Amino acid sequence: MSGLTRCLGSSIGRKGLMGITGILLSLFLIAHLIGNLLVFAGQDAVNHYAHALKANAALLWFMRGGLFLVFATHVYLALSLTAENRRARPVKYVQEHTQVASLASRTMVLTGLLVLAYLIFHLLHLTKGVIGHEAWSSKLPDGSQDVYTMVVLGFKSPILSGVYLVSMALLYLHLSHGLKSFWQSLGWNHPVYRPLFEKIGTGLAAILVIGFASIPLTILLGVIQLPGGGN
Amino acid sequence: MKLTLHIWRQKDAQDKGGMVRYEVDGVSEHSSFLEMLDVLNDGLIEKGQDPVAFDSDCREGICGMCSLVINGRPHGPWTATTVCQLHMRAYRDGDTIYIEPWRAKSFPVLKDLIVDRSSFDRIQQAGGYVSVNTGNAVDANCLPIGKPAADQAFDAAHCIGCGACVAACKNASAMLFVSAKVGQFAVLPQGQTERKERVLSMVEQMDKEGFGNCTNQYECEAACPKEISADFMRMMNLDYFKSSATTS
Repeated sequence: MSGLTRCLGSSIGRKGLMGITGILLSLFLIAHLIGNLLVFAGQDAVNHYAHALKANAALLWFMRGGLFLVFATHVYLALSLTAENRRARPVKYVQEHTQVASLASRTMVLTGLLVLAYLIFHLLHLTKGVIGHEAWSSKLPDGSQDVYTMVVLGFKSPILSGVYLVSMALLYLHLSHGLKSFWQSLGWNHPVYRPLFEKIGTGLAAILVIGFASIPLTILLGVIQLPGGGN
Repeated sequence: MKLTLHIWRQKDAQDKGGMVRYEVDGVSEHSSFLEMLDVLNDGLIEKGQDPVAFDSDCREGICGMCSLVINGRPHGPWTATTVCQLHMRAYRDGDTIYIEPWRAKSFPVLKDLIVDRSSFDRIQQAGGYVSVNTGNAVDANCLPIGKPAADQAFDAAHCIGCGACVAACKNASAMLFVSAKVGQFAVLPQGQTERKERVLSMVEQMDKEGFGNCTNQYECEAACPKEISADFMRMMNLDYFKSSATTS
């Protein structure tokens, strides 16, 4: 058995892979957030970015394929490891006591699955336009999609914005444990660096989620408005 | 003091088992938790009932035999303390106490509060040793070992293999135990020859035994009566990856 095969079949190896896929997904979130924040730079900036992304179809689908693979691996490992964990304690304690495990760490599977449900919703909303089709169909004078108007119109709905804001709170819970945990899973969490790594983990989770949530919030509050200042 | 106890009773490994309520009176606050159970058992024997079976040996906190989950905490409410060193002054007259065995598929209950921990023995046998030629004792200090390395090895070697880490872990993972047994040799020159095989074999055996997977919640570290640091798990993770990458 090769070292890699053995490693990927072991508990430690699969936990390491959870960490690596988690890092890759977080890197995607960073890139996604930077793109999203262009909404604050105005209609032209975000539309230019969106069109540039779509212009290179081959690269876009390569990235989407890679992202799907990473995401599917992360979810599959989470579910299979959790199933093993449940089997490892067939009889529960009558008196359950928790000393140090955080709420976030104890709800990773739940928050993960809810974020997955949100992701499907998000793709149906802003990528495919199945939800909020009218806003999704906004066009620029040249006939191309007006992403800026789509976003602003979409988030004017308190219900849709509410779904996004609640989902971001769940994502924060998930990331606040995940971004601290992977350092340990990969063996990098040396006591000298641990306080720094934990701050980076919690800080990055907070920055990402506040960043994402700022868009529906500012639209709801009327800070970001439709082109021409219309409501 | 007078106490109400809810104790897990199970005739044998096949029995379904369940909690049974007992009242115990006249418990001295100076007695240990196990002595309190001895008082209960004396009463049960006098009444012609089967006494509660529980593990204990040295009763001075070093053998790792005692293994009770008390009100949901392995070894009870005191930190860095085994059940035998837990004293009844931790409780008040009229308290209700729940006593359960370690809960893990890899630690099957044999009777009442006694579990079979031979899975730990098999993990140890998979690589938790150093191979040396026997014969005359070697001269002292013929192998220079730095103070930090000696301290680290000693910290890991504190593990008494009681299994509280498994009992406390939300996933019944044995990572803290295995990492201590790997870690006690990992920094010593005597441990280097078999270092790679040791970590690979012991982790493989740990997985075979059906323990759960670590989710970095550190309940194990909080419950450990010997205060084994979760950093040994970090070291074992890294050691495991390095050894996997450089072993065919």
